[in-house]
Amino acid sequence: MTPAIVCRNLTKQFGAFRAVDAISFDVQPGEIFGFLGANGAGKTTAMRMLCGLSYPTSGEATVAGYDVYREQEKIKRKIGYMSQKFSLYENLTVRENITFFGGIYGLSDKVLKEKREAMIGTLGLSNEAGKLVGSLPLGWKQKLAFSVAVLHDPAIVFLDEPTGGVDPITRRQFWDLIYAAADRGITVFVTTHYMDEAEYCDRISIMVDGRIEALDAPRLLKERYHAADMQDVFYQLARKAVRSDN
Amino acid sequence: MRTLRFLLQKEFRQIFRDRSILPMIFLMPTIQLLILPQAADFDVRSITLAVVDQDHSTYSRQLVSKVLATGYFHLTGMETSYQAALRYVEQDRADLILQIPAGFERKLVRENAQSLFVAIDAINGSKASIGGSYLTSIIGDFNNQIRFKWTGQMPSLLDIVYSHWYNPTKNYKNYMVPGILVLLLTLVGGFLSALNIVREKEIGTIEQINVTPIRKWEFILGKLIPFWVLGLVVFTLGLTIARFVYGIIPLGSIPLLYLFAGVYLIAILGFGLLISTYSQTQLQAMFVAFFFIMIFTLMSGLFTSTDSMPFWARVLSFLTPVTHFIEVVRMIVLKGSTFAEVRNQFGYLVLFAVFLNGWAILNYRKTS
Repeated sequence: MTPAIVCRNLTKQFGAFRAVDAISFDVQPGEIFGFLGANGAGKTTAMRMLCGLSYPTSGEATVAGYDVYREQEKIKRKIGYMSQKFSLYENLTVRENITFFGGIYGLSDKVLKEKREAMIGTLGLSNEAGKLVGSLPLGWKQKLAFSVAVLHDPAIVFLDEPTGGVDPITRRQFWDLIYAAADRGITVFVTTHYMDEAEYCDRISIMVDGRIEALDAPRLLKERYHAADMQDVFYQLARKAVRSDN
Repeated sequence: MRTLRFLLQKEFRQIFRDRSILPMIFLMPTIQLLILPQAADFDVRSITLAVVDQDHSTYSRQLVSKVLATGYFHLTGMETSYQAALRYVEQDRADLILQIPAGFERKLVRENAQSLFVAIDAINGSKASIGGSYLTSIIGDFNNQIRFKWTGQMPSLLDIVYSHWYNPTKNYKNYMVPGILVLLLTLVGGFLSALNIVREKEIGTIEQINVTPIRKWEFILGKLIPFWVLGLVVFTLGLTIARFVYGIIPLGSIPLLYLFAGVYLIAILGFGLLISTYSQTQLQAMFVAFFFIMIFTLMSGLFTSTDSMPFWARVLSFLTPVTHFIEVVRMIVLKGSTFAEVRNQFGYLVLFAVFLNGWAILNYRKTS
């Protein structure tokens, strides 16, 4: 089976600053791949290159078999994306947002309507479907944004810190949605700060200063670093970081 | 095409849901059309006048009352010395000083000649020159009256008969209202479209759009069409106000006006789009749009005739789409010009539309 994502020495340079420094990894189809790193490690930049939002400076990568330099628009047909910033339209209702994004991904009216109503049911938003998205609590917005990102059944979904700022219960519910998507065969590429979430992933990579320092299943990483939990593994690696937020 | 349908549906929903956009689109033009033509009026009235009457004769009083009777002048001071009158000018209480020297009547009767002195505060150039020439012609008229009284014959004069075409009453509003209409379309098209797109950048939704397989032209059309429609609605509103408030009924063809408005809006929307592709924040877009619209407006001949500009300014004015559209609107509304008479301007506007939109589309990137 061809990998969902192939990445070889992918690099992004902003002037003198090397945000992403020759990272290499493969992601297998159906895998939940955790992309960890401290703030400023280069996670978002790497993800933006894979989504076709930003040109790499050098290196190679394919996403769903398409080249990130030349076939970005083909990649975009195959992926879903949920950015760090909440990016559904706050001044549209739940139903209108779903219709809009489903529509621009080319779902037919009939399919769109079925999926929309099913999604509203699954999320328990029946009473809120006609309300503006801006009026929903953050946790609900995040779950909605995720569901919209996988509405068109993409091969891969990219999630950039999807659970930032929400409570543990909502995060758990969010991960149930991720598992459900993975069960449908969608590859999940997710960045996170929460180490308990790292444990939910099939494999994780830890980025430090633009480079990937470690990449394996959580269990194997804990063994290798003689750590009790992922938190400890992360500390051991991220402590070496030279660059910081500021 | 299907994608476009969803984009348009979304844009219209957002526009009609935004509490600030609709008032901006409908109230702002109405208020501007009601207020601006009243203020931007180059007819000079109520010129303040200080009189230094050192003669105190029948003739001097007759002259002063004749000047005041025209209604253009407002007497703010009667002084006996020039120095005292000059204080009025210094304090900005008088635009003009008319000095009638002592012995005015006597000399006029005996020697058949007399001189008057007029001092003008020339800070406001047009007011000064127009006020000065009004006063001169009133004095000339006064002079003729006296001669007629004494000699019983009218002085031979070249009498000039004017015929004012296209704006027979020389009503300044007829000139201004079509111009302001153009300004409104420029604001709606240029500002709102630029701000709308940059707002999506600011709140991050544009990234969500850029990561979809949506095509560039679909996204751009989805943004331009709603504002194009709104622009034409504003234009219609403007024409209605011009008709019912100012009694200005276009002499030329209305469909021709709309044809031009449609093309002009495409050009100016392209301009807004172009700004949005270079701006990251609404503040940036606002300042850049304001800067250009200011230049466009002042260079376009809205307030001052482009013919009296220096050559370089006329070139600049020619390179401004607003100029051509103002010209056309005035020609069609006031002169009743037909397409044949404005086809050059049509060509220019089409060029602007293609150029600005082409540049904007080239510069809009889904991948940075």
